Amino acid sequence: MAETRAAAKTIKVSVARFDPARDKKPRLDSYEVPLNDDWVVLDALNWIKSNADGSVSYRWSCRMGICGSCGMNVNGQPKLGCSAFLRDYAPGPVVVQPLNNFPIIRDLVIDMSSFMEKLQWVKPWIIRDPTALGPGEHRQTNAQIDQFRQFSMCINCMLCYSACPVIAVEPSFVGPAAIALARRYDLDSRDHAGSERLRTLTGSDAIWDCSFIGECSAVCPKDVDPAKAIQQTKFETTMGMLLPWGGR
Amino acid sequence: MQTYDVLIVGGGLAGLRAAIAAVSTDPTVSVALVSKVYPMRSHTVSAEGGCAAVLREPDSFEHHAFDTVKGSDYLADQDVVEVFVREAPLEVIQLEHWGCPWSREPDGRISVRPFGGMTPPRTCFAADKSGFHMLHTIFQTSLQYPQITRFDEFFVTSLIVEDGRCQGVIGFDIRSGDVSSIPARSVILATGGNGRVFAFTTNGSVCTGDGMALAYRAGVGLKDMEFPQFHPTGMPSTGILITEAVRGEGGYLLNAEGERFCARYVPNKMELGPRDIISRAMVTEFEAGRGFKGPYGDYMHLDVRHLGQAVIDRKLPFMRELGREYMGIDIVVEPLPVRPVEHYMMGGVDADIHGATPMAGLYAAGECANVGLNGANRLGSNSLPECLVFGAAAGRAAAHFAREQPAATPNPIAGLVSDERQRLERTYLERGGGRERVGVIREDLQRAMDQHVGVFRTGEGLATMAAELPRLRERLAGARIDDHSRTFNTELVQALELEFLLDVADTMVHSALAREESRGAHARRDFTERDDERFLAHTLAYRRPGEPPQLEYQPVRITNWQPQARIY
Repeated sequence: MAETRAAAKTIKVSVARFDPARDKKPRLDSYEVPLNDDWVVLDALNWIKSNADGSVSYRWSCRMGICGSCGMNVNGQPKLGCSAFLRDYAPGPVVVQPLNNFPIIRDLVIDMSSFMEKLQWVKPWIIRDPTALGPGEHRQTNAQIDQFRQFSMCINCMLCYSACPVIAVEPSFVGPAAIALARRYDLDSRDHAGSERLRTLTGSDAIWDCSFIGECSAVCPKDVDPAKAIQQTKFETTMGMLLPWGGR
Repeated sequence: MQTYDVLIVGGGLAGLRAAIAAVSTDPTVSVALVSKVYPMRSHTVSAEGGCAAVLREPDSFEHHAFDTVKGSDYLADQDVVEVFVREAPLEVIQLEHWGCPWSREPDGRISVRPFGGMTPPRTCFAADKSGFHMLHTIFQTSLQYPQITRFDEFFVTSLIVEDGRCQGVIGFDIRSGDVSSIPARSVILATGGNGRVFAFTTNGSVCTGDGMALAYRAGVGLKDMEFPQFHPTGMPSTGILITEAVRGEGGYLLNAEGERFCARYVPNKMELGPRDIISRAMVTEFEAGRGFKGPYGDYMHLDVRHLGQAVIDRKLPFMRELGREYMGIDIVVEPLPVRPVEHYMMGGVDADIHGATPMAGLYAAGECANVGLNGANRLGSNSLPECLVFGAAAGRAAAHFAREQPAATPNPIAGLVSDERQRLERTYLERGGGRERVGVIREDLQRAMDQHVGVFRTGEGLATMAAELPRLRERLAGARIDDHSRTFNTELVQALELEFLLDVADTMVHSALAREESRGAHARRDFTERDDERFLAHTLAYRRPGEPPQLEYQPVRITNWQPQARIY
């Protein structure tokens, strides 16, 4: 990390450790970390890796809340490690664990390959008759963008999957982020998928599994509202079943 | 073992654009998209301000080309620039068709905003998360192509070169630690930048110059590596980027005397001068005692209060979020502290207008490449279209090349894989003892680079850095390795990344030492003037094991614009 001011104080950071080749279950290793006023949990992990234990394993990159790599549980809450300030947990301890509802590969590293399949499954791309809009620039008003804008803000950080009570019991549930992204394309004025994407979402493991607890929206660090996406899709599907011209 | 037609290392904007271009050129082409992270984690995601393209009057190709050439301090290859400006709008429209949520004019056309060193406004944007939206749009679009096979979290350690031709890569699956080869008829490097060679950088942790070092080790030259770009506005503590769009939208840069000091340096452009000049202006002001003093050194104020909350929330919402989150400052009511921060590498793998390197079968695109577009200073918002235009060009060229090539030869490859496995085991995984951790050595490299290869350089400082690099290399060879696991071993990844950073740093320092002039982002206190007689030329650095790189020079291609004094 960048240079840091010398810290007089320290804070205890306990990190979940697990290597499937050696360990039967995760344990917590604790480290005394400098408590700098502007340090986040990710700074603490980087300090540990350089100064105390090079084998602590976690993902990170941008350290500015946009790449989505560093989702982790901090004192039991799903957070981005780069946006959880140590000072907010003082005097400590800070307990850092992997996100819930995913297999653990190692330490804080979860296996998110299931999400990558779910994402592909909802067809998160523009579907249209290639000749419908012509070759040039397609106009779109800011009001049309506002229809889907918030759903396009998803950084795939997996906090909503960690918070989702349905995923916890039904791992095959397509889940909040993937449904929000499906909604993002369904609401795009340039998309002509009609009921194609919607049919996927109304099949098994999709919207009807959601019990609308709304935890996904509560934990989203980017103010995406996946619960709303799911409710909108449910409503649209119901209208589609009732009315022959519904559901677009 | 399958031989892929096109193998791409890197899943950011350039790599993904290359992948789609390859399968669009020939739907029968098979593509391997290899990345050490999931593609949507790539550093493209952090690009904020936008993507330059000539969309309409009063802009013109001529304007964009001249702005780029002048911005480059005449080190850009002008034939490349001319092709680039014509292709960029087509790529912006292509991305629009794929669903990119570009910000719009009231009539629904794509909006443009002013940017540094650009004459009419020409920067298309998706609020101030342009890179994020472009990356997610193109990644999600790529998911519909069954010809593209992804190798997520696969770390490439070397290129396979047989019969003078690049025939794939060797590396390991980070999750399992399994070392293997991925044979291919052509390889495109699209690994992004190397900003992590510095301590104070906007770049994410993944930006470690992997593709540059892979090519360099295989004997390909690295071009113009003395030119890293310093962005004027980074957050003083973390180096998080504050986009140039803040100034594009009308933000002021103020020194501690409350003065818009840009008037002294770039009176006609003010805050929208090119990045190299504004960064130097800031450091010059600091040295004159006119900076604010802070715990991380001197800084300036970036002030947008006069724009009002409505404009800020519509056009710069992420900047407001970053200010609040990381500095506790609401830019609607308070100015934001900023200081110059390393941001981008103009140099890169020597490649032509099609992304082809001098090695048969090897291509490069995006920040890791140098196709001759950016010269000594890239203009803000030219890097996203560069990824699109030259990513697509490399994808097309590699697909064509692959059609004429036989499959890779299995026998030599099996031997290479076992050699590489042994190297990783002996050098790192099975090594005991050692004193210093990899992170400590990396931080020493980064701090020394900040000190000696920054906004202003001297021959003495560069020589000091040149002498330091072999010592850092020795320290890495004797480093203490805590992690001997094969499973998701990030300490191994960091050690290999540090090897790459050291290779790339070598080319940067020696290229900078030899360039005895000041041009663009390379400002020598001991050679303060541009010297077209000696240095209107690209530097090429070639690896010599155990010795400093061998340097050669290549003339700049000039078509329409003769070098003149660069006054804004």
